[in-house]
Amino acid sequence: MDLNLTEDQETIREVFAAFFDAETGPAHAREAEPVGFHPAAWERLLQTGAPGMGVAESAGGGGASLADLTVVATEAGACIAPLPLVDHMVTARLLAASGTTLGAGAPEVVPLDAVLAGTAIVGLAVRPTFDGIARTVPTGAVAHRVVALDGERLVVDRPSGDPADAHLPNHGCLPMAHRDLTDVEVLAEGPDAVIAFERAVDEWRTLTAATLVGMARQALVLGVDYVTEREQFDRPVGSFQAVQHLLADLPGLIDGAHLLTAKAAWAGDRATAGTVGTLDVDANDVTDFPALAAMALVAAGEAAALATDRSLHVHGGYGFTEEYDIQLYYRRARALAYVLDDPARECRRLAGMLFADPRGASAHTDHASPARQGVAG
Amino acid sequence: MDFSLGERADAFRADVRAFLDEHLTDEVIHRMHATGTFNDKDFNGALAEAGLLAGAVPGYGDRDPIELYVLFNELEKAGAPYDGLAVTMLVAGVIHAVGTDFHHTEVLEHLLTGRFNCCLGYSEPDHGSDVAAITTRAVRDGDEWVIDGQKMWTTMAHEADWVILLTRTNHDVPKHKGLTMFLVPMDLPGIEIQPVTTMASERTNATFYDGVRVDDRWRLGEVDGGWAVMGVALAFERGVMGGTNPAVPLLRHFRRWAVDAPSPDGGTMLDDPLLRERLARTAMANQVSQLLTLRAAWIAATGGLPGLEGSMAKLYATERYQQAVGWFQQMAGAEGLLSFGADGAAADGWIDYDGRHSPVMTIYGGTTEINRNNVAERHLGLPRSR
Repeated sequence: MDLNLTEDQETIREVFAAFFDAETGPAHAREAEPVGFHPAAWERLLQTGAPGMGVAESAGGGGASLADLTVVATEAGACIAPLPLVDHMVTARLLAASGTTLGAGAPEVVPLDAVLAGTAIVGLAVRPTFDGIARTVPTGAVAHRVVALDGERLVVDRPSGDPADAHLPNHGCLPMAHRDLTDVEVLAEGPDAVIAFERAVDEWRTLTAATLVGMARQALVLGVDYVTEREQFDRPVGSFQAVQHLLADLPGLIDGAHLLTAKAAWAGDRATAGTVGTLDVDANDVTDFPALAAMALVAAGEAAALATDRSLHVHGGYGFTEEYDIQLYYRRARALAYVLDDPARECRRLAGMLFADPRGASAHTDHASPARQGVAG
Repeated sequence: MDFSLGERADAFRADVRAFLDEHLTDEVIHRMHATGTFNDKDFNGALAEAGLLAGAVPGYGDRDPIELYVLFNELEKAGAPYDGLAVTMLVAGVIHAVGTDFHHTEVLEHLLTGRFNCCLGYSEPDHGSDVAAITTRAVRDGDEWVIDGQKMWTTMAHEADWVILLTRTNHDVPKHKGLTMFLVPMDLPGIEIQPVTTMASERTNATFYDGVRVDDRWRLGEVDGGWAVMGVALAFERGVMGGTNPAVPLLRHFRRWAVDAPSPDGGTMLDDPLLRERLARTAMANQVSQLLTLRAAWIAATGGLPGLEGSMAKLYATERYQQAVGWFQQMAGAEGLLSFGADGAAADGWIDYDGRHSPVMTIYGGTTEINRNNVAERHLGLPRSR
């Protein structure tokens, strides 16, 4: 067991923390509102190689693991980077994998080298498709191409107009839009296509959880900084125990979500390498990737919601004003935590995995059908 | 990061599980709840004979705290009597860290057989969270000390061979700087034990010390250096030695009941969407509690004292446990109120038991408020509020 980042990951963390600090952050997030995309910052991000870093080296990418990508996503979250990076990285991995594992060949509507370079932005329709429409795609207003699951078909869309025109004004200023799937290229079809898509959504859960952890961490810093500076009754507000205890609950909650997210990524990488996880709730022994990905998203969403709520509250009335940065974090935390689904429904889906066989002692992973195996590179 | 325990710890865990399969009988569990004494010397002795106990002393031998974590985590998850053992091994760890050769020979060697116990003598009737303000006095008399005072919450005192006793030896310095720790044999003249019963099945005690004379050899640490010894003991206590995964057996008991229990809405309780959501949330919280605890153990394994990380683990785990108990108690309804042995008791009475036990979890071993103070001041860097 080792809870340190690897040397490589420490380097990745330093590089991207510096990048997001310089090129993104609250000021850039404000400039990017309401669409939630900063084209100049994205241009500069291309030079770091981030868009293709999660794709296998054999497919021309950077060969980074899911664990490596969580490190990047957390730093992006801390700076509320207005960039469609997580969705792009996950979709790039799916496209590259569908080319190799599903035998789909390279997609025609979107050249893989442009995806790896980030000059073509791709996104994922994380919610189920109905009536040929992928609704509220998280990066639908900026992605040149969106990958969706339509029934058992894994498709890439071919939008006719500028996606930005379809932006839906929203709570967290996410670049959200509906996407019409009338004109699509079918990448793959059948159970394997469904499995590949579900794996991608689990990676999205993991990296979105990592983003939320970063947001929560920085929201706590904003709160602590404010109560240290602000004085009432001739004392810093942060010297009052009632205020301290609101904030003291947060480090454990955030660190817990961080550890769970890191464990989900570790399980995801092990699944890719072919190791089957366990799902033994009776012994609290869970190493199954889909279960951990669901848990991580719920836990990180909860941590980010509470951290931004408490931090905003201890700002007093100023926290409610547009001028202070905490409101930016507050809205984005909720948007990212709920854009996939109601966390309660996510928990019921998780229950289906954990208590799949209600008569059995516990749902050990002999449901390690291909659905439990990794397919993405 | 690597979340596998490693080959050695995995093998150790398999040994512990095999031991529990053989030795943790229904009779052992029943005896512990019937007597209120969560300590079983035969069980502990068998653990020692199986070679599993030496690894339970923090810092001792060639075992690392990950294995210490594994032992107590497996005992806790299985519902074994481990409270007495945890305290005893904690004291063994303190002796190992700051004790003399005399303490090693006279106490530690015995503790490792599993047949001897220690108890903790910190709190007093008037001094709980503000433990540095205790008033039990130790006065030097030649080579001896004379101890007078009273301790509260001396759980296991009636089973214990020694008490680790925090005393005041100096009134002329700030309260933290006038404390001295002793290991006191419980069979010395002048020690009296009175039982204190609780709303759960646990029994604790009040202990009285009336002119108790101990040789200076029983002093643990420096004169007026008792607070430093407390620091070592507290860092071992929170997180690493159990107490942060109580919702694992709770979930297991409740889930097994819900599988068969008919729901008034038709089907079984396990079909209920809200119940399923709450089971899943509890399973998630159990994972987080385990990870926060593992982090504390890992810090200890790599040479640190995980005081703050232990506080965070305890804060999170105990509040989530209480939340789950509240949910399950409501959802089990009238059958959930029935106690061990009652006809029709939900989960064989475990819901009633956890409902009784859970309030103490945010009180003992450092209250939630004290832990929040620690995090606020030492982690977030906020000014002292007291």
